[in-house]
Amino acid sequence: MNTKRRKRHACAELTRQEEFMKNHRRHHHEIASWRTILFVLFLVLWEISADLKWIDSFFFASPSRVARCFMELLKSKSLLSHIGVTLFETLFSFLLVLLFSLLVSTLLWYSGKLSEILEPYLVVLNSLPKSALAPLFIVWLGTGTKTIIVAGISVAIFGSIISFYTGFQQVDEEKITLIYTLGGTRKDAFYRVVLPGSIPILLSTSKVNIGLALVGVIIGEFLAARRGLGYLIIYGSQVFQLDMVITSIIVLCVIALGFYKSIQIIEHQIKKRFTI
Amino acid sequence: MQNILELKNIGYSYHSLHGETKALDNISFGVREGEFIAIVGPSGCGKSTLLSIIAGLLEPEEGTIAVNNPDGSLHYPKIGYMLQKDHLFEWRSVYRNVILGLELNHCMTKECLETVERLLTDYGLDKFRDKRPSELSGGMKQRAALIRTLALEPQLLLLDEPFSALDYQTRLFVSEDICRLIRAAGKTMIIITHDLSEAISLADRIIVLSGRPAIVKREVTVNLTLADDSPLAARNAPEFQGYFNMLWEELTHEH
Repeated sequence: MNTKRRKRHACAELTRQEEFMKNHRRHHHEIASWRTILFVLFLVLWEISADLKWIDSFFFASPSRVARCFMELLKSKSLLSHIGVTLFETLFSFLLVLLFSLLVSTLLWYSGKLSEILEPYLVVLNSLPKSALAPLFIVWLGTGTKTIIVAGISVAIFGSIISFYTGFQQVDEEKITLIYTLGGTRKDAFYRVVLPGSIPILLSTSKVNIGLALVGVIIGEFLAARRGLGYLIIYGSQVFQLDMVITSIIVLCVIALGFYKSIQIIEHQIKKRFTI
Repeated sequence: MQNILELKNIGYSYHSLHGETKALDNISFGVREGEFIAIVGPSGCGKSTLLSIIAGLLEPEEGTIAVNNPDGSLHYPKIGYMLQKDHLFEWRSVYRNVILGLELNHCMTKECLETVERLLTDYGLDKFRDKRPSELSGGMKQRAALIRTLALEPQLLLLDEPFSALDYQTRLFVSEDICRLIRAAGKTMIIITHDLSEAISLADRIIVLSGRPAIVKREVTVNLTLADDSPLAARNAPEFQGYFNMLWEELTHEH
């Protein structure tokens, strides 16, 4: 009798768990389908309003014009190489930003005095609109990849240093004391506590940084490039081929999404490894 | 038995722009080998400061600590320090947490690692070595923290309210458990606590500090008649209430 009741109970538990799983999956399907519906609806509305002349497709393009333009660009203007250039410049700036800001924020953490001295400079440089610097970069570095990468770095670097340093400071002071009580040095405290304890902040800042690097690179390409998506946009607007502009912008959207997703995957892998 | 450490007229002040705050004033007492000392006192009286000075994390402004090793050598006894929380690192497995001290001191020798193995087995943590700290119970976390401390083979253990992060029931068991293990390892221990019952049940001697600036108000040697060695035995001893009342009087009647 007793066992029978328990068995029934277990059975009920299982179905309740199954029910939970089903609800969970349904919720995710629902979100995904709404996202798709929204996207398709937008495309359809865009196409229809262009066909029925609600909007002027010369200025606003249309999905079919974008698709045609995309294929054309692929063939004649070697779109892929433009995409490749922008991708390379963005990734390169991003990696340099990561490296420099790790280095500088580590120095700031080691020396409280240095961080106190540099604080107002960092705050000012961070709030300065970096696009204002772009003309200077062109004069100093000429037009080309160097300028564009520097522009990409300049947008992300100061915020990144501030975020990393703030993250380092938020590590529990008692955990650092623990390292000292076990006979460790300040260097040990950094490598065993501060750095691994800041991984979540390093990752979330990286997500922001790669977006900012893309912004900087496009600004740079607007002003100082013969290649890249930023150049295509400027070129398109100058020759009044707005299809080309809009197509490039859509490609940029896809690139931004790709970057975000890749960092998310890396984040997931690291979190799984360190179980943070 | 001889004192292995002798604190002589220790004084310490905190300095800020608003002035000087005297935390410790003229503190003197000896620590005998194998002895369990509890330090009690009103909160904020400078107990942790005193412990940091003994640990060598802070320099005393006045006074000295004399070393008196049984073998005549002059080296400062090796200190093990346990903080309020276990502070096990979530990004390391239990095993990598307990060998942290060995890693920092570059002594991952065979003997040291064997000591760790023995402690893991003795303390029932062997099966959990590859788990993450969050998967352990509160008591097991404290045991892991103890192994991390003992792996460096300290002579003197300093415990700064080590169980205050635990709930009452767990705390009762864990404090007895940890102290039994430390006694079995033959170590000397100084524990800070604000829990008078804990002090009476764990310590051989209780040092009562006054409010700021802290002076040694009284030293009480504890002698309990124990019925058995259960965690609650000390609290049921006939002398317990007497000690409790005495300490309570000392702490509540300032001067």
